[in-house]
Amino acid sequence: MRRNIGSQLLASVLVNAVYAMKNYPIMLSYTFLSPLSMLLVIFFVSHGSLLGIGIEGGFIMAMVLSGVSMQGDLSHLKNDLKIQDMVVSSPTTAFVYILGMAISELVYSLPSLVTLIVLAALFIHTSLMGAIEIFLAMSLMFAFSIALGFMLSTFSSDVIQSWAFSGIVSTFLATIPPVYYPITYIPLPYRYIAYLSPTTYAAQIAQNAAGYVAVPGAILAIDWIVLIAVSIAIFIIAAKKTRWREK
Amino acid sequence: MQGLVCSNISKRYETGKVALNKLSMSVESKGIFALIGRNGAGKTTLIRILATQLSPTSGAASLNGVDIIKDPHGIRERIAIVPQEARATPWLTPHETIFSYLLWRGFDTGEAHERADRAIKRLAIEEYADKSNRFLSGGIKRKVLVATVIASEAELIFLDEPTTGLDPISRNDLWNVLNELKKDRFIFLTTHYLEEAERLADNIGIIENGKLLGIGTLEELRKKVKYPYSIKMLDAGKKAAVRPKSGKVIRGLDGNSQILTSQKEAYAISDQFIKKGIKFSMNPISLDDIFYYLVKKPIENGEEHEEEYW
Repeated sequence: MRRNIGSQLLASVLVNAVYAMKNYPIMLSYTFLSPLSMLLVIFFVSHGSLLGIGIEGGFIMAMVLSGVSMQGDLSHLKNDLKIQDMVVSSPTTAFVYILGMAISELVYSLPSLVTLIVLAALFIHTSLMGAIEIFLAMSLMFAFSIALGFMLSTFSSDVIQSWAFSGIVSTFLATIPPVYYPITYIPLPYRYIAYLSPTTYAAQIAQNAAGYVAVPGAILAIDWIVLIAVSIAIFIIAAKKTRWREK
Repeated sequence: MQGLVCSNISKRYETGKVALNKLSMSVESKGIFALIGRNGAGKTTLIRILATQLSPTSGAASLNGVDIIKDPHGIRERIAIVPQEARATPWLTPHETIFSYLLWRGFDTGEAHERADRAIKRLAIEEYADKSNRFLSGGIKRKVLVATVIASEAELIFLDEPTTGLDPISRNDLWNVLNELKKDRFIFLTTHYLEEAERLADNIGIIENGKLLGIGTLEELRKKVKYPYSIKMLDAGKKAAVRPKSGKVIRGLDGNSQILTSQKEAYAISDQFIKKGIKFSMNPISLDDIFYYLVKKPIENGEEHEEEYW
C-alpha cells in the first residue's frame, strides 16, 4: 500500500493541535501569554526603549516553548495515553511523527506568533537581509528546541518528570539568557555564563540584524557557527540517543 | 516460514529482571491466539517485542516470513496494536480517534473517513461517534480503541489485555466483536481471564516466568494434563473422602478439594459421592484446571497449594 506522508503529518497536527485547541481552548491562552507577558514586563521596565528587542525575545521564547511544549505533549501521548506505542507499531516513522508534532506546536503557537509578527512589522525596521537573518536564527532555535524536546521525551517515564524537564529547559534557554535585552546589560563576569545558552547567540544575531546592537563581523560569524554547531550536535545526539523502539 | 514464529526469544531488562527466557513458539496466523499468564509472567514483554516496540536481548521472530526483529519497518505495515492501559484520547471523539490513527497509517483523508465510519458501524458505536471520548463509559472507550485498529488494514492485531477492568456485560460485548473479527484477521491477545481465552481463542499459549509452558488448542492442552476429568467438591473444607485409583487431588482455586482423574474413575468417584451425599460437580477439565495444573499455583494469591493424597 502507498503511504501518504502528508496524511501522517496531518494526523499529528490534528491530534496535538487542532482537536486539542477545539476541546481545550484554555491552552491557547498559555501559549499566547508566555512570550507576550515577558515582553510586556520589558516594555514597562525599559519605558518602551527595548520594545523591538523584546519582540525578538518573544520570538525566541516562542521557539523554545515549542520544544518545551512538545516534550510535555510527547510524554503525555507516550506514557499516559499510549498513543505513541500505537504509532511506533504502525508505518509512521519516528522522523515523520516528530516532524508532524513539531508542526503541531507551530500551529498551537499561531496566536502568539501572529501577534509578534504584527508587532514586528510595526516596530522593527530592518532590511530584507536582516529579516532573513532573523528568520534563519529563529528556524535554528526551533529545530534545536524540537530535537531537544523529542530526546527528553523519550527519557521521561512519567508526565510529572516531563514537567521538571520543561521547567529546567525554559529557565535555562529563555528566562535567564539575555533574549529580551542586550547581553551588555549583564555584568561582565556573568556574561560568560550567558554564552552557555544557544539562545544568547540567536538573540545577538537577531538584535544585530535589526540594528539594535552592533556586533563585529567576526563575533557574528562565531554566533552563527555556534548556533549551527549546537543545533547539529543536538540533532545527532537526539538521533543516536532517542528511543523509538525501546532497548 | 508462514505464521507467527518465535525462536529462543529472551529479554533481560536493564534492571536485571529476566522477562522472557528462550521462548519459542509457532502459531498459525489466523483466528485468535490467546496468551495467558499471571501478572508479570512476560505476556506484555512478548507482545511489545512482536509489535516492534521493544528489542529482545536475543532470539528471532517472524510473521509470515517477514523478520520482526531485523525488519521492523516491514512488519509495521502489517500490524496494529492496542497496548495495555491505552486510553482513548480524552479530547477527541471516537470518529476523530479512528480517523487520525488511519492518517498516521498513511491513508488519504477520504479513505480514512470511510474506514472510520465502517469501523464505528461494525462495533455499533454510531451514537457515540461524535461525542468526546472523555464522556464515554469504560466499555465504549475500549470499543473505540478496538475500532481504531480494526479500521486499519493490519493483518495481525495485538490486543494486550483488552477486557481488563470491564464489567461482565461490556466484556461479553467485546468478546462478540472479537469473535466476529477473527473471521478475517489474526488476533493475538493477552489475558489473565481464562474464561476469555476459552471462549475466544483458537489457540492458547500458557506463559509463566518468561517460559511457554504449553501451546495448542484447548483439546491439545487438555492432553497435556494426564487426567481429562475434574471433580470439584462443593462442601467447603471437606477433603476428598475417596482414594481414586488414578489421579490427583489438589486444592482448587476456591479452596475446596478437586480431583483430576480419568473419565472412568471420575464416574466411579461420582457414584461414591452420590451414595455418601457429598455435593460435587464433575466436568471435563477446563482451561482453569489446565492452567492451574501447568503453573501449579493459584492465579491470584501466588501461594503454593498442591496436595497429593497418595
